[in-house]
Amino acid sequence: MPPDLSLTINTELTRRILVNFLHDEIHRTGLKRAVLGLSGGIDSALACLLAAEALGPENVLAVRLPYKTSSPESLAHAQLVIDQSGVQTETFEITGMVEPLIAGLPPSEAKRGGNAMARARMIVLYDRSAATAGLVVGTGNKTEILLGYSTLYGDSASALNPLGDLYKTQLRQLARLVGVPASIIDKAPSADLWLGQTDEAELGFTYAQVDPLLYLMVDQRYRLEECVAAGFDAQFVQAVADRIRRNQFKRMLPLIAKLSNRTVGYDFLYLRDWGT
Amino acid sequence: MTILKLGLAQINTKLGDIHANLEHHLELIDQAVQQGVQLLVFPELSLTGYVLQDLVPTLARRPTPDDPIFAPLLHASHKLDLVVGFVDEDSRHRFYISAAYLSQGEVLHVHHKVYLPTYGLFDEGRFFAWGDSIRAFDTRWGRVGLLICEDFWHASPPYLLWLDGADLLLFSSASPGRGITHGDKLESAWWVEHINRAYASLFTTFVAHTNRVGFEDGLHFWGGATVFDPNGDLVAQGPYQTEAITVAELDLGQLHRTRARLPLLRDERHALVRREIERITAGNNGASDKG
Repeated sequence: MPPDLSLTINTELTRRILVNFLHDEIHRTGLKRAVLGLSGGIDSALACLLAAEALGPENVLAVRLPYKTSSPESLAHAQLVIDQSGVQTETFEITGMVEPLIAGLPPSEAKRGGNAMARARMIVLYDRSAATAGLVVGTGNKTEILLGYSTLYGDSASALNPLGDLYKTQLRQLARLVGVPASIIDKAPSADLWLGQTDEAELGFTYAQVDPLLYLMVDQRYRLEECVAAGFDAQFVQAVADRIRRNQFKRMLPLIAKLSNRTVGYDFLYLRDWGT
Repeated sequence: MTILKLGLAQINTKLGDIHANLEHHLELIDQAVQQGVQLLVFPELSLTGYVLQDLVPTLARRPTPDDPIFAPLLHASHKLDLVVGFVDEDSRHRFYISAAYLSQGEVLHVHHKVYLPTYGLFDEGRFFAWGDSIRAFDTRWGRVGLLICEDFWHASPPYLLWLDGADLLLFSSASPGRGITHGDKLESAWWVEHINRAYASLFTTFVAHTNRVGFEDGLHFWGGATVFDPNGDLVAQGPYQTEAITVAELDLGQLHRTRARLPLLRDERHALVRREIERITAGNNGASDKG
């Protein structure tokens, strides 16, 4: 049977597994709360609603973290999710944290400024994690993780991530079921790091184009020439394959030089859930 | 009419906390006894948790009356028969994924998992020794066979147990859920249920399966215990994802009725199978094989 390139998932079953995941993996640490950054986009909106369902809205702190150039629409969309879910909320403007660094950057280095913002947001979330005894819930999806479309130690940093095995296309299906507002689902995805930025313009292709290709390459283990035979442009296939390989470093812990007989990461092997 | 009241415990575990897991077993045993269960089956590695990695040597036990974990389980086995999952350490200090059948204060049988998946998300062959025998054994409920997870992903272990006289196959798993599609269940759950029904039908025997629930890091175990009868009909099914004891009343007389209608066991040609396997493994078929 040929692969289903619509990437349709059973959203009820997915929701149940992910809600159980958030509940069990937070509670087994002895904690009961979650902290997440709420950007106004679909990924964090979905993560917020799932966390509220898993833990109770009173146990979820959704932090809005605008920079001075962030779109007002992002704040408004985040507010929709806060109102709908009833989670705890806080707004912390990161401008003062990153401005001295960004002020020293040439205009051509917008990406460095974007990385600084993503890492400033991480600093605030981990501070609130310590303050509230809540684990930081990640919101990166499988498409972003495979393509490396994230900031290392920025938005990629979290304690647990319910969305990391869902392609953006699949995540949208789940968002509809869970009740993410349509205005959030339907807008163009954006990291909102500078004015007018959109994911798809920056990546050079759409999620609708790349998700079926990633599904064939990664999930269905198609060789590159088989992806081309399946109808994908050869240059596009090669560019995506290169991008996956180039960004492997973002999916790993730092390398440790092995010296002893037993080294963390190589032959000191335990799950994080060890003893719980 | 002989009825066996079978209980399938699908439980969560604490990873590496054998004492907490023992307490959980004893609680569920009490519940099962109150429901009149006569044989209660726990999942793979039910006393330890599944992704043990470097915890394996620290959790290994011998299933003996003087072992502080097995002593209370053997004591409980006076009230009902039990199958529990654990790490067995043999006299040469090899570690096996194991299931023990306990009855009337004795260990009737220990099965060492013979197929250790070491591919994809699995890494069992790195940490465990491979079991080396597949044997049916007699119980007060008839002749039984035990298999653990990947053992029954291969067709030969259930087939051997069938030939060795097992009329009740007890399968235990810690099966991580995977393969989300548009379908109503995970691909891994669909596959296991599909083949268990097939074994019951092909071997005209009872096939019971119980599976872990809960999470270990990002892996989730899907539960969904099942019992199929010698006609391949579903007798009972547990819920997905949540802890439960699924109780099924097995009318052992169904073996007589099904095999009177469908004498697949009578007609099975062992000698033919043996001759052909000897020919194939001697390399006379042009394909290579391994022991």
